[in-house]
Amino acid sequence: MEIKGLAEVLAAQPLFAGLSTETMSFLESCAKNEVFEAGVFLFKAGGQADRFFLLREGDVALELQIPGRARLTVQSVHPGHVVGASWMLPPYSWRFDARALTAVRATSIDATCLRRKCDDNPALGYEVFKRFLPILADRLQAARVQLVDLYAPPGEIGRAG
Amino acid sequence: MNDAAAALAEQGGDPGLVPRPFEVVGTRRELDDVVTLELAPLDGQALTFLPGQFTMLYLPGIGEIPISISGDPARPERLVQTIRSVGAVSEACCALQPGARIGVRGPYGRGWPLEAALGRHLIVLAGGLGLAPTRPIVTWALENRSKLAGLHLLYGARTPDAVLYPTQLLGWAGAEAANVMVTVDRHSDQWSGRVGVVSDLVPELPFDPALGTAMVCGPEVMMRFSLQALEGWGMAPAQMYVSMERNMKCGIGWCGHCQLGPHLLCRDGPVLAAPQVSDLIGVWEL
Ligand SMILES: Cc1cc2nc3c(=O)[nH]c(=O)nc-3n(C[C@H](O)[C@H](O)[C@H](O)COP(=O)(O)OP(=O)(O)OC[C@H]3O[C@@H](n4cnc5c(N)ncnc54)[C@H](O)[C@@H]3O)c2cc1C
Ligand code: FES
Repeated sequence: MEIKGLAEVLAAQPLFAGLSTETMSFLESCAKNEVFEAGVFLFKAGGQADRFFLLREGDVALELQIPGRARLTVQSVHPGHVVGASWMLPPYSWRFDARALTAVRATSIDATCLRRKCDDNPALGYEVFKRFLPILADRLQAARVQLVDLYAPPGEIGRAG
Repeated sequence: MNDAAAALAEQGGDPGLVPRPFEVVGTRRELDDVVTLELAPLDGQALTFLPGQFTMLYLPGIGEIPISISGDPARPERLVQTIRSVGAVSEACCALQPGARIGVRGPYGRGWPLEAALGRHLIVLAGGLGLAPTRPIVTWALENRSKLAGLHLLYGARTPDAVLYPTQLLGWAGAEAANVMVTVDRHSDQWSGRVGVVSDLVPELPFDPALGTAMVCGPEVMMRFSLQALEGWGMAPAQMYVSMERNMKCGIGWCGHCQLGPHLLCRDGPVLAAPQVSDLIGVWEL
């Protein structure tokens, strides 16, 4: 396994590409590396959304606990992707559970620290939101496509193949 | 006589409308409503085909339907077709038992442009039953692996129970030769794999988009989102191909039933380059 410094990990993130050296060193000061064993929760629905994760290794399931039913995975997240967007909007609480499906290595960013910095520096805030917006838009589109039930037989909706 | 008929007549006078008799020599239930038929020609003449081509399957007194060939192009002595029961003819095809007879016309249409992938990373992006028409690409690619820079199969299904050819997918995933990613839209307890839409897998491909050629097959909406994802990832539309499987009747460019804009899909398709269909995909009536 390759051990990388935080600065290197953050610099390699497409999400942060092109940010100034000053912003990158600020992000580094809000970041830490975290490890989760398979089965462990990164966070649980209802908890305070005080950070988000850049997934470096391993897979994470975003799950819903429905009373009386088994846990339902609504999406799985894989290396290179971001886990957690609820930190961006009030009331800053997680909407889903995030559970490690395998051993996970992630870099977490302290969201309270980042939000404060964004409030103090609206240009940075705009930049950060611009970078997260495509992630949110992709998730919304994916959720809609899942809802459409693309592969249902023609009698139900469309044909697959 | 139109151009197509004239061309066919030139090739030997047979406009190709007479089905050849085949016998069902094997059946396999793939999913609740999907069956694979293995057919042998009664005249002993193997039906050679290119990946992406289709046949017209004919059951006397019931009707005739276009079905893609899903077998191995290197083993044409058995015609393999995977059929979902959705209406009268497909339901009757799915109910056939070994020993039954069926009429077959074809193969028809333009297949996948495999030569476009030589020396490049070949991405097969399939959804639902779209794995049937693309399976011959994967078999061809595995047999010609040294001629490709990489082979990547991205497959999406509705639920874990609806994953087509699961044993074969596992085999391909286990072979070093292919990078196989499977995802389902809806999770179930027994599934520990990926959950999410198939187009979301595209950005995870581990190479420069300029080095790839994509072949996409599935419901049209899925193909539209997949083309957008490929383009968003950085691939040029000229390197993307889709299979457009609209309703067909004659299969040989005579009746106009399959017209999509300027294309007769049975003759000019079903496989078309993405720029040929960018304005047409997802538009049902034209
Ligand atoms: C080139 C081509 C390749 C095909 N390959 C396969 C294949 O490998 N396996 C397979 O199961 N099916 C395939 N199909 C679709 C198959 O031809 C139809 O499902 C079949 O014609 C339905 O006939 P039917 O009499 O059983 O039902 P019908 O009563 O004619 O139709 C039942 C329902 O299916 C819808 N339908 C029919 N044809 C299509 C179509 N092409 N696209 C979307 N909806 C349709 C109808 O609108 C109706 O709602 C292919 C179609 C084409 C054009
Ligand atoms: S099906 Fe008759 S022209 Fe294409």
